[in-house]
Amino acid sequence: MKFKLALASATILAASMFSAASAADLTVGFSQIGSESGWRAAETTLTKQQAEERGIDLKFADAQQKQENQIKALRSFIAQGVDAILMAPVVATGWDEVLQEAKDADIPVILLDRKVDASDDLYLTAVTSDTVHEGKVAGQWLVDTVAGKPCNVVELQGTTGSSPAIDRKKGFEEAIAGHDNLKIVRSQTGDFTRTKGKEVMESFLKAEDGGKNICALYAHNDDMAVGAIQAIKEAGLKPGKDILVVSIDSVPDIFQAMAAGEANATVELTPNMAGPAFDALEAYRKDGKVPPKWIQTESKLYTQADDPMKVYEAKKGLGY
Amino acid sequence: MTSTLKAYAVRLFPQVAALVVILLMVSFAFPDFFRLEMQNGRLYGSLIDILNRGAPVALLAIGMTVVIATKGIDLSVGAVMAICGAVAAACITSGYGLVGTLLVTLGTGILCGLWNGVLVAVLDIQPIIATLVLMVAGRGIAQLITEGAILTFNDPGLIFIGSGSLLGLPMPVVIWLVFGLVVSLVVRRTALGMLIEALGVNRRASMLSGVSTGVLLIAAYVLCGLCAAIAGIIAAADIRGADANNAGLWLELDAILAVVVGGNSLLGGRFSIAASLLGALIIQSVNTGILLSGFPPEFNLIIKAAIIVLILVIQSPRAQSAFVFLSRSQGAAPAKTEEEAK
Repeated sequence: MKFKLALASATILAASMFSAASAADLTVGFSQIGSESGWRAAETTLTKQQAEERGIDLKFADAQQKQENQIKALRSFIAQGVDAILMAPVVATGWDEVLQEAKDADIPVILLDRKVDASDDLYLTAVTSDTVHEGKVAGQWLVDTVAGKPCNVVELQGTTGSSPAIDRKKGFEEAIAGHDNLKIVRSQTGDFTRTKGKEVMESFLKAEDGGKNICALYAHNDDMAVGAIQAIKEAGLKPGKDILVVSIDSVPDIFQAMAAGEANATVELTPNMAGPAFDALEAYRKDGKVPPKWIQTESKLYTQADDPMKVYEAKKGLGY
Repeated sequence: MTSTLKAYAVRLFPQVAALVVILLMVSFAFPDFFRLEMQNGRLYGSLIDILNRGAPVALLAIGMTVVIATKGIDLSVGAVMAICGAVAAACITSGYGLVGTLLVTLGTGILCGLWNGVLVAVLDIQPIIATLVLMVAGRGIAQLITEGAILTFNDPGLIFIGSGSLLGLPMPVVIWLVFGLVVSLVVRRTALGMLIEALGVNRRASMLSGVSTGVLLIAAYVLCGLCAAIAGIIAAADIRGADANNAGLWLELDAILAVVVGGNSLLGGRFSIAASLLGALIIQSVNTGILLSGFPPEFNLIIKAAIIVLILVIQSPRAQSAFVFLSRSQGAAPAKTEEEAK
């Protein structure tokens, strides 16, 4: 009897699941790079959330940092006849063949957060952030905040030679160009890590008269800023007041620092790349509207006025 | 007693000289370099930064010296640091208390060392391969523990280990100084050091003369694991979080470099822990010096490499014999003229 009941309930469950699947008018394959960072994990979580909200049936494949896995996943999506494919490409080159296969099967491909070196008629669009713009937003915030007062800035760069480090430096310098009151007095790499951020900030503080010479810190990511904030505190100064702190990424921990008044502003590198991608895809399927080849995500600025604790609570569960 | 002191001075002279030269060079680039002041009850200044930031490599160098003296090598210390940092953060956030956390973390380090030691001593796998296993797997284990994110904590006791101070010195400095002193005394005031050297020179011969080489080998790797555990705790406590991706990354190479700059042979045998610690300080002085000097970051690695090549060339046996030859020929030259005069 028990067995029969279980069987019956299993059948009902299966039937309901089947109906849910058939209710989704869209099946999308998502090939993710892996889960090498908290941001990546948050991107995966948000993509799944976005698909669920829109009633899209999402097929997820984790490539574990290997291009061959990603190509395999794309081929299996094509074989399954999905309606569209989202892909966060692990490297820039070597995609022409598999993208052509998808094109031949009339499956639109949308690139997430990174671009590829391939002819742009092979994919529908690419949804990425503009890293130069992120630097500009951070720089503009500082220009507006100091409002003409003289201000010596120290910069914690990302890993030397990496493209976000180059772009975020460039954007910031463009934003403060023409404002002679702002001057970058020290710039060193902190390798995007907390430990190096703290160590380099310690030496900045020593080198600039115990920190009295420094009015603001610009860090290419939040983790380095979090490390630097500890160094500033240990030097007996107040981060956020004696030294303004602005950084990029918007990971949850920086919002805690902002709530405590120790960080001033952060520019968001949104993990929600899938939202704009699904929007473009739905418009494309409905009216055949071809999106531009590059959709730029918003680089939102958060300051202490934006209720940091609330943002922290919202971001905490995303897997950062 | 004076003769042993003299022997020490002769042994450590190249390292001390190199350290002094580097510190002077940095002070040319950055005049305030030697300034020390008291702030919030602790010493504050660039020299203290060198001692403090050098703590992880110094601790790793202690264990690495002993392992290298046995003709081995331990590539896994960086990964063990990441594991132990992750374990410490996981324990403290799930409410084990400070003592429990420290015991579990140090135990984890010892276990990692035991694994390496058994692979090397019992299964007779070459050390570079045996420890490569844990080097590769370790970061994965650490990521499993932290679930890929930076695991942060707010326990004041654990944070004290990373950024507190004792007798005016930062806690990490006190830890590596005391630990280095204890290990040095244990190996030098007993026959242990000599047995390790014997094992490193010729394992078979020392086994035949009654040294229990297996136990000694395993103990060396366990010590190395323990050092890595302490370094891991310090690294995590310093930033109040366990970063499985970056904690201890490439530090195994810095630790090996510290041992080599300390004038110890990678072929095993005679070793000096004090010299390795000086080696660690030399490396950190170069790092801190580069940061203070204000060069663009693109130059960091090149400057570091150039200085280290210079130190190694001066220490190399060929260069040493050349120095001896030069000083002798200078001494011999006047004698010759005297003979000619006759």
